[in-house]
Amino acid sequence: MIDFSVILAGFGGQGILSAGKMAAEAALYEGKEVSWFPSYGPEMRGGTCNCSVVISDEAIGSPVINDADVAICLNQPSMEKFENSIKPGGVLIIDSSLVHIKPKRTDIRFIPMNASDIASELGNMAFATISMLGCLSEATKCFSRDSFEASLREVLPERRHHLIPGNLEAFDKGASFAK
Amino acid sequence: MAQKRVLMKGNEVIAEAALRAGCRNYFGYPITPQTEVMHYMAKKMVQIGGNFVQAESEVSAINMVYGAAAAGARVLTSSSSPGISLKQEGISYIAGAELPAVVVNIVRAGPGLGGIQPAQGDYFQATKGGGHGDYRNFVIAPASVQELYELTVEAFNIADRYRMLVMILGDGTLGQMMEPVAYRENENIETYEKPWACTGRQGRSEHNIVTSIYIEPDVLEAKNRELQDKYALIESKEVRYEAIGLEDAEIVITAFSTCSRISRNVIRQAAELGIKVGMIRPITLWPFPSKIINETAAKSSVKAFLDVELNAGQMVEDVRLAVNGKKPVYFHGRMGGNLPTQKEILDKIIKIHEGGAV
Repeated sequence: MIDFSVILAGFGGQGILSAGKMAAEAALYEGKEVSWFPSYGPEMRGGTCNCSVVISDEAIGSPVINDADVAICLNQPSMEKFENSIKPGGVLIIDSSLVHIKPKRTDIRFIPMNASDIASELGNMAFATISMLGCLSEATKCFSRDSFEASLREVLPERRHHLIPGNLEAFDKGASFAK
Repeated sequence: MAQKRVLMKGNEVIAEAALRAGCRNYFGYPITPQTEVMHYMAKKMVQIGGNFVQAESEVSAINMVYGAAAAGARVLTSSSSPGISLKQEGISYIAGAELPAVVVNIVRAGPGLGGIQPAQGDYFQATKGGGHGDYRNFVIAPASVQELYELTVEAFNIADRYRMLVMILGDGTLGQMMEPVAYRENENIETYEKPWACTGRQGRSEHNIVTSIYIEPDVLEAKNRELQDKYALIESKEVRYEAIGLEDAEIVITAFSTCSRISRNVIRQAAELGIKVGMIRPITLWPFPSKIINETAAKSSVKAFLDVELNAGQMVEDVRLAVNGKKPVYFHGRMGGNLPTQKEILDKIIKIHEGGAV
């Protein structure tokens, strides 16, 4: 895997940057090279937000992505913006609870999943992005469920470890969309 | 021995590295995209009994740096382009007084308030002066978060070794990105006696004076010559660069920091097209790696250079001086906070390779 690139995009406050960091942490746990680069500046809750994650077996060149292997979009403006940034043969994962359009492109794998509904059912909206990480993991194998779980244990403080089962349930529900 | 790799933001790693290097004094003023350096210091200095001051302005912060350095302490300030411009008076005074200090510039696009996205438009300011008078800063340009850590620690050693200001020149990309960093268990901290420091008279017959004022021309000129001798020594001993694929390269990219990262991918893509591209990545921007560039230009296998920067063409002037007319030097730059795409750079490489107009 060389310079495997993922763009995560949506509204500020959805947990886009955290989800990107968790993807990078999971891949790092596997001994991969990783980089994470956020959109930064006058960002705000409710505004648009994105981050780029690169995972590689070799030293990473650019942390800035021009052509992504995967785009994960949690709102419509993000999908409109990033649909054309996906490599031919790449993957587009959307939160179909919030995005109601279909991609124009036919040369990519399109995975709509009702991530926000899943999160709502599980009683924690933060699980929406986590379920999409499950889908990412299953669709591309860029990191494994085991690595995700292990890195979650490392990254979360002990007092938050009671959230791990819920995270994994969301992860598994998301993964089922890519099977 | 290297420890476990942890995922951290470039700006935070600068602060952590400074603490590991024994820096217990930080003075700054917030500005995007470097404010996380301050945040980290604000949190940590309290815990370890160091000094953290959010000054009322950049001018004030750099003069606090002057004061702490004059007292012999390891000291850091950080800012971004417009803030660094405000610090220039103090930077010149620090050069004149020969004080060791580390200044971080996480560059954003200019001129003026400009924008907040990554740029390299402060190359001239960092390497050619910036403030008034004949002086140099030691300028380091890390290209990864790991290197930010290692070179920040080293910056404090260099500052003490030569009694001069070391500037770490990053950009918004490097400051904002997260990458794994492996910290050493024990840092290589060089310690130097500082008999010149203003720490009280301590039984000496004369008190120490740290100053940059020399009214008598002959006295000042002697001081100027001392400084220039020191700079010449540094130029002979401290040049650092990374060379990639120079053995058989037809086209050699010169790029520092973020542009070198993007160029790394381009080198791989060019190889797939059968074009041999190498790279010279200056790690010290001053002292500049002129010698290796000059030697590379003399090689018959090298057809041309392509300098890639986030500005209108600044380091390219030093590259041209080093190449000294031996080979053509082309330039590709982006401004305003935009980064060049790999495709843009690759297209230029292809054109140069075909011998076409660039």
